[in-house]
Amino acid sequence: MQLVTAIIQPDKLDAVRESLLAAGITRITVSRVTGHGRHQQNIERLYRGQKVVPNLIPKIRLDIACNDEFVEVAVDAILYAAKHGDGEIGDGKIFITELKECIRIRTEERGGAAI
Amino acid sequence: MTRRFTRTAGKINRLFPACLGMTALFPAVAAAADAPAVDSGTTAWMLMSTALVLLMVPGLAMFYGGLVRTRNVLGTMMHSFAAMGIVGVLWVVCGYCMSFGSNMLGGWCGWNPDYLLLRGIDETILDAGVPEYVFAMFQGKFAIITPALIAGAFAERVRFGGYCVYTILWSLLVYNPLCHWVWAADGFLFNMGAAGAIDFAGGTVVHISAGISGLVAALYLGARRGYPATAMHPNSMVMTLMGAGLLWVGWFGFNAGSSVSSGLDTARALTVTQVAAAAGATTWIVIEMLHLGKATTLGLVSGILAGLVVITPAAGVVVPAGALALGIIAALVCYASLLLKERLGYDDSLDAFGIHGVAGIVGALALTFFIRDSWMASAVAAAGGNWGVGQQFWVQLKAVLLTVGYTTVVSLALVVLVEKLFGFRLSEAEEMSGMDYSLHGERGYGLINPD
Repeated sequence: MQLVTAIIQPDKLDAVRESLLAAGITRITVSRVTGHGRHQQNIERLYRGQKVVPNLIPKIRLDIACNDEFVEVAVDAILYAAKHGDGEIGDGKIFITELKECIRIRTEERGGAAI
Repeated sequence: MTRRFTRTAGKINRLFPACLGMTALFPAVAAAADAPAVDSGTTAWMLMSTALVLLMVPGLAMFYGGLVRTRNVLGTMMHSFAAMGIVGVLWVVCGYCMSFGSNMLGGWCGWNPDYLLLRGIDETILDAGVPEYVFAMFQGKFAIITPALIAGAFAERVRFGGYCVYTILWSLLVYNPLCHWVWAADGFLFNMGAAGAIDFAGGTVVHISAGISGLVAALYLGARRGYPATAMHPNSMVMTLMGAGLLWVGWFGFNAGSSVSSGLDTARALTVTQVAAAAGATTWIVIEMLHLGKATTLGLVSGILAGLVVITPAAGVVVPAGALALGIIAALVCYASLLLKERLGYDDSLDAFGIHGVAGIVGALALTFFIRDSWMASAVAAAGGNWGVGQQFWVQLKAVLLTVGYTTVVSLALVVLVEKLFGFRLSEAEEMSGMDYSLHGERGYGLINPD
């Protein structure tokens, strides 16, 4: 089991969600997060005639727990949908980590069956 | 409504239909031989009504603003606030002139060079005892809120520049002529039939015209991306509820102020406004309880609006029992129309047509069956002895059909023109990142993120 964590731009959430659904990945967790990286374009805001660059930029985080055979499916679905054009700085990152255990609370099942 | 009393004392062209034979309401007429004196009571109420109607615009901004997704909250509220600026200017420049001047171009609109920039009314006191400035400003608030209402139909998917151009053109070519037809002393709808087409405070001019224009624009511009497959959740029902509260309060100025008096007619309009709004709200939540098992806050405020809209044309002529009936009918018909919208699948995002258009049409037509006896008696006398519900209904139907027809044609032409020349619909990228950031460089809820 693996945990796929993707940080994407907020305007791509709908497209990524639809792409994941189309690929058969239906169990996801989404949160609003902020952060900074190399992303510098199209982030300045306006405040009474001033351009203000925010310290932290809003992003969306998706957490997807997968059995091993679904990891590449999920990654491809995200890569397909999360890019602006052919890809721009700020489109985000995907992290994949080992998932030690997964437990479904209702049934107390453990492991791959619980995902 | 909104009688434009002639400015020469003692020569009232035609009293407001609801006030037929009530010259005593206008003491200025009797008291002064030449220039009417200011009636401070009436003027005070009209000043307050003007402020109340203006308060409806931020109310509408909150109502609509709460219903859209988080990323569009500012862009949506901006539509209402921009109308306060743009139409506020236009109205003084030429809007009042086109609406309340004398017939021009065969009665298509009004014109009186004295009214350009309100130059000629610096010292004018209307026969109602109100300085004409107050009347002009009161009317201007109606011109402001109408394009702001339309914006609910194409919420979350239009460019700000396109909206501004559309608002300017719509105000000049749709609102001002309609306002002239219905409310100017020489407007042809005002003079249709025995005692005029009844539109006390803007059923045709404001609500039907806004609803129809919204529907036309929503159909032409197309649905929001993802509609209806993706659920579009309101960002703040709390704000929507507060907006609805402001609208209800402001509506007392809208309707009771439209008597342009401070007396019996004002009291009647205020009472039926209250009754219809309450009846609409109650009916809507009963329908929801029966249909869905739960009463929703959005349902309750939709019922309030349906009741307020339906009584708008009728506030001068119906009795409280009629207002009760109209509120109930409006909630039933609007609820059905929203179910139908889901079936048909068009994206009237915030139901500008589903509530304002539909309840406006219902009100303009159904009010005929609840007219108070004294009004009908005056109409019979004015017609020379033969005037009934059937004839008045025919007048109302003609007024509604003319409004719908004219608004459909002109607003379709405008929306096509603006889309082709200036760009009206947002690009997909802008729509997905949201109006707040892509159009205005701001975000509505910065506090949600820790920056």
